[in-house]
Amino acid sequence: MSKFDLNHVSQQYFDILKELGNIGAGNATTALAQMLGCKVDMKVPQVKLLDFKEVGALMGGEEQIMAGIYLLVEGDITGSIMFLLNEQSAHTLVAKLMGMEAATDEPLNEMELSALKEIGNIITGAYLNSLSMLTNMKIIPSIPDISIDMAGAILSVPAIEFGTLGDKILLIQTQFTDDLTLDGFFILVPDLESYDKILGSLGMN
Amino acid sequence: MSEMIKVGMADLKVCVSPDTITTLGLGSCVGIALRDPVTGIGGLAHIMLPDSKQIKDSSNIPKFADTGIEELVRCVVGAGASRNRLVAKIAGGAQMFAFQNKSNLVRVGERNVEATKQKLKELGIPILAEDTGANYGRTVVFSPETGEFQIRAVGREPYSI
Repeated sequence: MSKFDLNHVSQQYFDILKELGNIGAGNATTALAQMLGCKVDMKVPQVKLLDFKEVGALMGGEEQIMAGIYLLVEGDITGSIMFLLNEQSAHTLVAKLMGMEAATDEPLNEMELSALKEIGNIITGAYLNSLSMLTNMKIIPSIPDISIDMAGAILSVPAIEFGTLGDKILLIQTQFTDDLTLDGFFILVPDLESYDKILGSLGMN
Repeated sequence: MSEMIKVGMADLKVCVSPDTITTLGLGSCVGIALRDPVTGIGGLAHIMLPDSKQIKDSSNIPKFADTGIEELVRCVVGAGASRNRLVAKIAGGAQMFAFQNKSNLVRVGERNVEATKQKLKELGIPILAEDTGANYGRTVVFSPETGEFQIRAVGREPYSI
C-alpha cells in the first residue's frame, strides 16, 4: 500500500518536491545555456499543485498553442516527464539554436520540430540526471515525442496519469531569461510507488 | 441573450436552449454531449478515464466515463429532458503522442471512446455522430437547441457533426 496521497500532500513532502524541482530546473538551465552558447538565467521556479481546471489558465488558457515534449521514464522509478513551452518561446528557441530569424507566423517545419524535440530531450535529461544523482536511483528516459497543439489537449496526457492517483497535477514553472525570455513548464509524473521510492531515498519514510 | 457555458476537465454541466455549452482542448479525454431534441435541454461531460472501478479513489464522478455519463443523464433528466428522447454526440479520445505510458495507460484515448460507447449503449442512448481518435486536440461547442456539435482544431477549419 502506497503511503503517498496526492490529494493530501504534507508541507514537508511538498518542500522536498519543490527543492527537487529547483535543482532539476537549475541543471536544465545550464544545459540550455551550453546548447545555445549564450548566458541563460533562470527565475526561481514555482512549484504548484493545481486542480485540473486551473492548469489551462496558468498557461494562458486551454486553447493556448503550446509545444509539449514527452518522454517515458523507466529504471528504479517509472512514469513520465513533459516539458512544455508556449509557441512563441518554441519559435524563439529553435531560431536561436539554428542561428536564424524567428518566423512566428508559420508552423514549425520538420527540421525545426526535430530540433525542438532534441532541445526537450536535453532539458528533460538534465532534469532527470539531477533527480537521479540526488536520489541515487537509476532513471532511464525513452526517446521523446513532440506535439504542437492546444494546452488543454497536451496537458490531458499528464493530467490523465495524475488522474489515476487523485484530482491534482504537480508542475514546475520555470522562466528562463537573458537574451531571450522563455516560459517553460516541467511536469514529472512518477507512478504512485515511485513517489514513495523518491521520498524514501531521501530519508522521508 | 444566450450564454456559453464552460465545462472544465473532469466536469459536467447542464445546458438549456438557447444557451450553448463548450469544453476547450479535449486531448485524450472525451466530450459527451446529450440532448432532448423536443425540449432543447441537454448537457456536456468531459471525462478523463474509462472506468471508475479500476481506480482506488473514484469519488470524482465526472472524471470517469461510466459514472460521468450516468450522472450527466441524471442531471439532464433532472432539468426536464425526457430520458427516452436523449441522443448523444461524442468527440475527443485522441492519442496526443506516439506512445503512452506502457504500464497501465495504453491507448487511453481509445479506451475512453470505447468505454463511452459501451456506457451509452447500455443506457440505450443512440450516438448520432462522433469525431474521435487521431492525434490532435479538439475544442467543442454544443447547441442543445439545434443539436449542432462544432469542432475546432489547430490548423483546421471548424466543422460540425
